[in-house]
Parts: sequence; C-alpha cells; structure tokens
Amino acid sequence: MLKAHALSFSYPGGKAMLFPEIHCQKGEHWLLLGSSGSGKTTLMHLLAGLRTPTTGEVRIGDTVVSTLSHAALDKFRGQQIGIVFQQSHFIEALNVEENLALAQKLAGRNIDRDKIHILIERLGMLHKLKSKIQRLSQGEQQRIAIARALVNGPAVILADEPTSSLDDQNTREVIVLLEEQAQLANATLLLVTHDARLKNYFPKQIVL
Amino acid sequence: MSLIQLAWKNLVNRPLAMVLSLILFALGTGLIALLLLMQKQLQENFENNLAGVDLVIGAKGSPLQLILSSMYHIDSPTGNISLKEARPFLNPKHPLIGTAVPLSLGDSYRGFRIVGTTEDFLKLYNTQIGEGRLWEANMEVTIGAMVAKQAELKVGDEFKSSHGFEDGIDAGHVDHLSFTVVGIFATQGTVVDQLILTTNQSFWLVHGEQEHDHSDDVEPTDSLATDAHTDHDHADHDHADHETSEGIPGNLLDEPEDRDITALLLKFKARNYQALNMQRNINENTDMQAATPAIEINRLFSLMSTGERVLTILAWVITIVSGLSVFISLFSSLRDRKYELALMRVMGGGRSTLFLLIIFEGLLLAGIGCMIGILCSHGMMELLGSAMEDSYRYNFTGMRFLKEEVWLIVGALLIGFVAAVIPAIQASRTDIAKTLTEG
Repeated sequence: MLKAHALSFSYPGGKAMLFPEIHCQKGEHWLLLGSSGSGKTTLMHLLAGLRTPTTGEVRIGDTVVSTLSHAALDKFRGQQIGIVFQQSHFIEALNVEENLALAQKLAGRNIDRDKIHILIERLGMLHKLKSKIQRLSQGEQQRIAIARALVNGPAVILADEPTSSLDDQNTREVIVLLEEQAQLANATLLLVTHDARLKNYFPKQIVL
Repeated sequence: MSLIQLAWKNLVNRPLAMVLSLILFALGTGLIALLLLMQKQLQENFENNLAGVDLVIGAKGSPLQLILSSMYHIDSPTGNISLKEARPFLNPKHPLIGTAVPLSLGDSYRGFRIVGTTEDFLKLYNTQIGEGRLWEANMEVTIGAMVAKQAELKVGDEFKSSHGFEDGIDAGHVDHLSFTVVGIFATQGTVVDQLILTTNQSFWLVHGEQEHDHSDDVEPTDSLATDAHTDHDHADHDHADHETSEGIPGNLLDEPEDRDITALLLKFKARNYQALNMQRNINENTDMQAATPAIEINRLFSLMSTGERVLTILAWVITIVSGLSVFISLFSSLRDRKYELALMRVMGGGRSTLFLLIIFEGLLLAGIGCMIGILCSHGMMELLGSAMEDSYRYNFTGMRFLKEEVWLIVGALLIGFVAAVIPAIQASRTDIAKTLTEG
C-alpha cells in the first residue's frame, strides 16, 4: 500500500540523505522512530509528495507519486493522504468546523457536516465546533489537526510528531483515535516520532 | 465553504486593511457615480424642457443667455424687443410658424419668476390646472405648484412683484399694482412648476406706472438685464394707454407697436429649408437674434464638460490608488498567510485554487467598495438635490440608477482584478515543503 524504494534526498549544498525501504501493507499501523535531525520530517514530505526525491520512488496503492502532474498530485494528496504536522496550523480566519469543511472541499469532496461532527465529538470537542482556532489550547489544536487529516477518509495517514505536545492522557486518546479511524477507513497509518511513549502502542516499527 | 466565502472570511479577519481599501474604493467610485448622476439629470432636465421649441427670438446678445433666460429661466434676459419687430412672427397666418409664444420677463416674487405670456405657453409644456383657473384678466396670475408651496401662495392671495430676479428688498414694485392668484398648476416636473404666469399686458401695467418717475427708476439688480428697459426713453408719449389696458387681455397684435416683449418661442409647422433659413435671416437682417435651443444646450454641456472631465479624471485616479492599496494589502498579507496557503496545497488545493482565492479577495474589495461608493453617491445626490433645485430650479433625485453605473462596477472589478493578479501569482507559487519546514 505504502512503499518507499531506494529513497534519497539532498538539500541544495547539503549531503544526500538515504532512507530505509518502507513497505506497509494496507491497513497496517507503523511507527517510524528517529531522533531529532535524523530527517524524519524530510522523509514525511517525500512520502506525502510535498518534495520530489533525488532518487527512488514512493508508491501509494498503484500510484507512483512522483509521476503525477502538479494538479493531479494536489488532488491525490487531498483525497488519499491525511497529514498531521508537528506544529498544527490552520486557516486563521475560519473556525474549527469551517477548517474541516475546507479540507473536504479542497480535496474535491462534498462537505459532510455529519462526518465532521462525529469526528469532533469523538475528540470530546463538540463544544468547540464554532471556536476560532486561536482560542484553542495547543493540545486541542493538535486534536483538531488529526480530525482534519481523517476527514476525507484517506488511504494513508502520515502523522509527524502528533503527540509531542500532549500529556499522557491526551496522547492515549489521540493514538486511540488515530488507530480507530485508520482501522475504520482501512487506511495505512505511519506515525513519525521520537516520542518513546508510543513504542508500546505499535508493534511494527522502523528505526531511522 | 466555497472559495468566495473563504476569501470573505480572510478579509474580515484583517479588518483594518480591508476598511482602508474599501474607503478608497468607495471614495473614487462614489465620486464618479455622483458626477454621472448630476450630469445625467441636469441634461435630462434641460432636454425635458426643450418642449419642442425650434427657435427662440430675442434681443441681440449671447444666444446661450437668450435660451437660458427664456426657456430655462436661470439667467437674465438679453434685453427686450419691440412688438413691432415681433409682430410678423405672431401672425397666425405665418406660413412657416405653427406656434409663437411671446414672453415678458424681468420681474419676480420671492425669487420665483413672473412670466407674461399667452395661453399657448401652456400648450408647449402640456400644463394642466391643478386648482382654481387660468388667468382671464391682466394682473391675474396662475402659479406653478412649487411656487405655491414655497412662497406659500394660495388662490385669492395678492402680492406685489419685485424688479429683477433676486429676492431683494430695494427692487420691489412696492407702490404698484398687486397681482392676484387665481389658480395653481398641477405638478409636472418641468420649469412651469417654478413660474408665475400672467399676461404680457400685466407687465406693461406694472412697468408703465414706474415710468412716471424716471429719477428714482431702480436699476435691475443684474446688469445683464439693463437693456430690458430701453423703452423708457420713448415710452412717455403713450403712457395714457397703459392705464386703460387693464381688463380683458387682448391679442398682442392689437397692442401698440412700441410695446416691448422679451422673447418669442417658436414652433415650426415643419422643419424645412425655409424654416432653418429663418434663423440666419433674423440674425443678419434685424435688430433681434434667433437661437436654436438644442444647439445652445449642447454648447452649454460642452462648456461644462471640461470641469467635469477634470473631476472625473481625479475620481479615476483615486480609484486607481485604491487599486494600489488593494495590491499592497494583499501582497503584505501573503507573508502572514504563507503557511495557510501551503496548508491549502497540502489539503488538496491546486495552484489555481490559491490564485483564485487571492483574485476573489481583490474582487470582493473592489466590488464591495464600489457598491458602498454608489450607495453613498445616491444618498449624497438626494441631499444635494434640494440645494441644486434652488440654483437650477429643477428636481434632482438620488433614487435613480443609471446604466453607466453598471460600467462603473465593471471598471472597479477590473481594477480589483489587476491589483490582485501579482499577489495571486505569488500565492500560487507557494513552495509547500519549504514553507512547512520553515513554519
């Protein structure tokens, strides 16, 4: 389902980074462990098609991501890849519900308010549905970011340090939510982290 | 969550920048709309009052002044012409002339002009009586609806006229005959609303008495009307007749030849070559002048258009500056929103999505600013309307929308679009991965 083969990337003037082979089956949940500066984020950008690899290829389902045109890649990413970033960012002018609706819209889907409400309710944040993002705590923002990654029922969920700013209780809830939703959508989950707390949740691990 | 909604929310999220752009846009487009409205209504008012008059005959002088004074009642008359000279045109058997309306001008009551004329004047403007009746004798007047309202005159009231057109105290014909109001015309939106109509002979009666005492003869308040009284020098020998002509107004053709009238409004039977030649004949072979209303009014508009053009250019400059403010506001907002834009790409938005988003923001600013401007200009027009009625004697309203305003909106949107293009291109080039890593 999610494969990376002979992947390498070099920043202009920097030395090439080599990445391990990745081979995740459909519906599997993987943990990608690496210390800071080991190129975790770069790898995630490559997997998400946000950067073009110097060598090798990324394959999601039957699609080789690097062969897609710009416009096709944007649509493909919106529909097939849910991404949770290390730092949560939103459209400042929109509230929680609108941010999620925009994610549906930009992926070319119809706006499904029921789905948004169900997701937000599971995170216990239904009362914040109409809140501006800036009014939420860091932890709340991160949960909304996860909801946004899940809202289109993607084939692959890539999460970059989704729990680094959360306490144990919240971490557990978020991981449960991620796993639950990935399972419901039969999506492949790849969690990139240096957070050792997560080791126990995921038997399948890649170390960078 | 459509792109336009998102664009709107982005704008509202930065209210200060939005308000500045909106104010500038509203100022520019509002000024243009106001100019359009004024010019259009002024032109229409002038054209409505052409009343099918083909030629105006009066004393030598400025043809524009002749038209303004005798058809629009806004300038002073060029002077008087003697009945002897006017008589051929008043003859109902004249082969070319369908209607000839004699006018005696020069007096007023509380700023409203008194016009001595015949019943044919009413046919020109299709005037209907609203209350009372038409004058039947000299010194009887029938007044326009606006006069009745503003000068607080009703049927049966008497008043003394003033010499000249200003509401001056020193120019009153205090010791002369009084006019009696016998009727009020129905409101009709032409110049008649603002006039006090009576017979030509009434004018002679009022002025006839004045000629007894030359020594303190009051000069007309406006110098342009000075030669309205050229008859003073030779009027003495027949002033016995003046007193006797009070009563039923007769045909002007039966009056003594040395009486004066101010102007003649002519309607031709047909606009043929001979009729067109009449104007040149009068101007070349008599002491009178003839002027064509349509031509003079066009001349007036071309005179006014210079000042108007300067104002219009100024207004467009303001509108273009407001386009510049939209450009600067959008461009600087990109820096703050660079991560949002990258995020939109991550969520599946293409380059074209980001391009359109910024374009919509520009169009919204321009469109809303333009709408505010147009609405303000109509409000302003409604307010200015009453002030302009005093100087031009016509009705102006802000409750009217013009075709040209649609073009104004199109023009404003175009400026908004152009202002947004460069920021939009910049936005569409957002490098996702680089931005996300930096963020």
